[in-house]
Amino acid sequence: MSLLSVSDLRGGYGPVRVLHGLGFEVNAGEIVVILGANGSGKTSTIRAISGMLQATGSVRLHDEEILGKNPEAIARRRVAHVPQGRGTFPELTVEENLRVGAFSRKDSAVDEDIDRWLTTFPRLRERRTQLAGSMSGGEQQMLAISRALMMNPVLLLLDEPSLGLAPLVTQELFQKLAQLNRETYIAMLIVEQNANLALKTATRGYVLEAGEIVATGTSEELASNDEVRKAYLGMA
Amino acid sequence: MTLFLQQLMNGIGNGVIYASVALALVLIYRTTGVLNFAQGEMALFSTYITWKLTDWGVGIVAAIFISMLIAFAMGALVELVLIRPVEKKPPFVVLIVTIGMFLALNSITQLVFGTDEKQLPSAFGDHSWSVGDVRITGEFVGLICVLALTCTLLWILLQKTKLGLGLRAVASNPESARLVGISSGTMLMIGWAISASLGALGGAMYVPTTPALTAGSLQAVLVYAFAAAALGGFDSPVGAVVGGLIVGVAEALAIEYIEPLHDITLLVPFLLIGVVLLYRPTGLFGRNIVERV
Amino acid sequence: MRRVIRIVASLVVVALLLLIPQVVGESINALWAQAVYIAVAAMGLNILTGYNGQISIGHGAFYGIGAYTSAILMENSGWQFLPTIPVVVGVALVAGAAFGFPALRLKGLYLALITLGLAAVFPDLINRFASKYGTGGTSLIQPPRVLAPGWADSFADFDDQYRYYMALTIAIVMAVLAANLVRGRYGRALVAVRDHESAASVLGINVARVKVSAFALSAAYAAVAGSLSVLIEGSANAGKIEVFQQSILFLVAVVIGGTATVAGPMVGAVIVVFVQDFAKDLIDDQPVLSPAIFGLVLIVMMYLLPDGLVGGARRLISRVLAKPEVGQPAIPDVSTH
Repeated sequence: MSLLSVSDLRGGYGPVRVLHGLGFEVNAGEIVVILGANGSGKTSTIRAISGMLQATGSVRLHDEEILGKNPEAIARRRVAHVPQGRGTFPELTVEENLRVGAFSRKDSAVDEDIDRWLTTFPRLRERRTQLAGSMSGGEQQMLAISRALMMNPVLLLLDEPSLGLAPLVTQELFQKLAQLNRETYIAMLIVEQNANLALKTATRGYVLEAGEIVATGTSEELASNDEVRKAYLGMA
Repeated sequence: MTLFLQQLMNGIGNGVIYASVALALVLIYRTTGVLNFAQGEMALFSTYITWKLTDWGVGIVAAIFISMLIAFAMGALVELVLIRPVEKKPPFVVLIVTIGMFLALNSITQLVFGTDEKQLPSAFGDHSWSVGDVRITGEFVGLICVLALTCTLLWILLQKTKLGLGLRAVASNPESARLVGISSGTMLMIGWAISASLGALGGAMYVPTTPALTAGSLQAVLVYAFAAAALGGFDSPVGAVVGGLIVGVAEALAIEYIEPLHDITLLVPFLLIGVVLLYRPTGLFGRNIVERV
Repeated sequence: MRRVIRIVASLVVVALLLLIPQVVGESINALWAQAVYIAVAAMGLNILTGYNGQISIGHGAFYGIGAYTSAILMENSGWQFLPTIPVVVGVALVAGAAFGFPALRLKGLYLALITLGLAAVFPDLINRFASKYGTGGTSLIQPPRVLAPGWADSFADFDDQYRYYMALTIAIVMAVLAANLVRGRYGRALVAVRDHESAASVLGINVARVKVSAFALSAAYAAVAGSLSVLIEGSANAGKIEVFQQSILFLVAVVIGGTATVAGPMVGAVIVVFVQDFAKDLIDDQPVLSPAIFGLVLIVMMYLLPDGLVGGARRLISRVLAKPEVGQPAIPDVSTH
């Protein structure tokens, strides 16, 4: 049963069309990666799913059409979008950032969860009362992801999580994501340029070029695909 | 010495008022990112409503509360109808809209309520006490209490409630706020509504200390309040209060002790802003705004 | 091609303006005369606000400086009107620059409020320093009127008409000067600083110099407008209300006409003057109607036509002719973040 099913997605910014009819799916508990170079439409794809970008086509979550709904409504359906680079609330503390993540939750386990994520990301616990805007890029990224996890999501959308992060930090990040997926079965859709790490973490993947899907397969298949290797893994 | 103390008290009394209005300015800026040019005129309109209620026989304290409620609704309506359509446009556009509101509201107030002077009773009556040679009026004490109470309530709201968290989140990162399910439209409306209420309160506090309620009553206060907010740092409520007190005291002392400034009292806040901003562009308590290139 | 159209259109407009005293009655002539000097102020404000993105609602103060300088020189020192103009320009340039320097520290909204403070303080200052020159100890100064000389009889039957032509001539000179400034390198620098300060400085533009000179120039224009107002109306007065209203009037003219266009402020000035006159008598004893109208117009314009009438017309024409747009982007970005 597919959790998220996208078909014929088209959209863009005013007169500039960026997405030209793409389709893909994410099943429950999977980690799916969409590889693409700069300008291929990765961010636009994620934004179309979370409702931040107007698009046509179909985006179905649990078999409900969510295309056309506003971002708040989609967020309340527990689709957590971690934007590229600026997902934190800089003027709020780390703890407040996490608490905001639980804003639309109606249960009482919020404090427990805050504790849980601060344990999973110990560096955040150290900086619990610090303003988010004063932390390093890597820490902010972790905070943004934790903030998304506070939503108790069924689907985590990650827009280029490795952007601007040092290699070691990125590795740690992807390891944590894989661990999370193993432990909680949260489905993840990751769009990335950093194909190496992404393919190691994901089960399946797609390749996005100029707003269209041009290849798909398991991560092993993609990793051994010549075209993909040339274009994204830097191997001749 | 007595004169100094007396002037100091006057200064603090005024300063408290400037601080209140500055607080409203800072609040709206922190929760909505907009500097509301029409803050003073919205407060003016509310103050006239307060007056009208007393004219109909409603007690002054009740009138103030009622008019604060009306202001709450007005503020929300203004955000929904006037500001939201231009929210996504460049800040220049929003500024012009608030300047437009400033002009329109001032005129509409005069058209609706007439241009003759009105008297607004003080919420604190006429009592006063003597401490040594210094007179302390009931008004003075009342103003300080009201300000302290307002500050406390605001602080609790912003820092300790879910609503406050939502307001601050929307101000900090509107996009991410939507992504966690916060309706930024609702938050903005509430921010404007609270600000308008504060303005109504501030007006009702300020006007009784002036000779009469007229259309120009709150224009000077806006400049003073702005001086206070700028001095304190536009995103700091603490700064607004401290700034207000500084401006009030400086003005009172300047009037008394610096002869040439006797009838140009408006120059004091002006110079204060100038000096402070020259050395600390973000104000005394403001945070550094790093410009993203 | 565009240049030819522009020149022809300008000549036509000038010709029409020259005809006005010959065909309209005294009161309408007075309104057009007012439109002329308001246009000068608006042109100047446009340089600062439209092209350079620094909002000012305090230019009534510079206007007042010009008015009082001319009035005092004429009243107390017996000067003729025309020679006061260079003095006015000099004083205003200095005053504008003096204000522009500290203003470097402020952006957008904060700057707007400081200029409001300027408009608020100016009347008090004038009261203190100018009342010794004024009639009966107030700050109202009424210098001797300029009279039409003999050789003007052929085109000006009345002194009013002669003064209109004098003002118009000065205004045209100022307009041509402004147009040349904004269409050249200076104009591009103004816009570059407006839209992206850090990029502009990287490109070698001296940002401080541009911003301060914009203040100085706009102050000079406002001051000349003030002098012209003394020529036309016969007095200089700077009550709190007047200074503030003038400041707003200039801004409204710029916004309605179109920021960052040459013709915009002039169109705006005409509209503003006539609307103000029209609104004055709509409700008895209620001169307050015109600010309400302007306020509402400002708001509506921001929804419908943020780049003003001229800006909007230009966009329409571009679309109709399907040509790429030429000219500066109209809306300044005054964000402080």
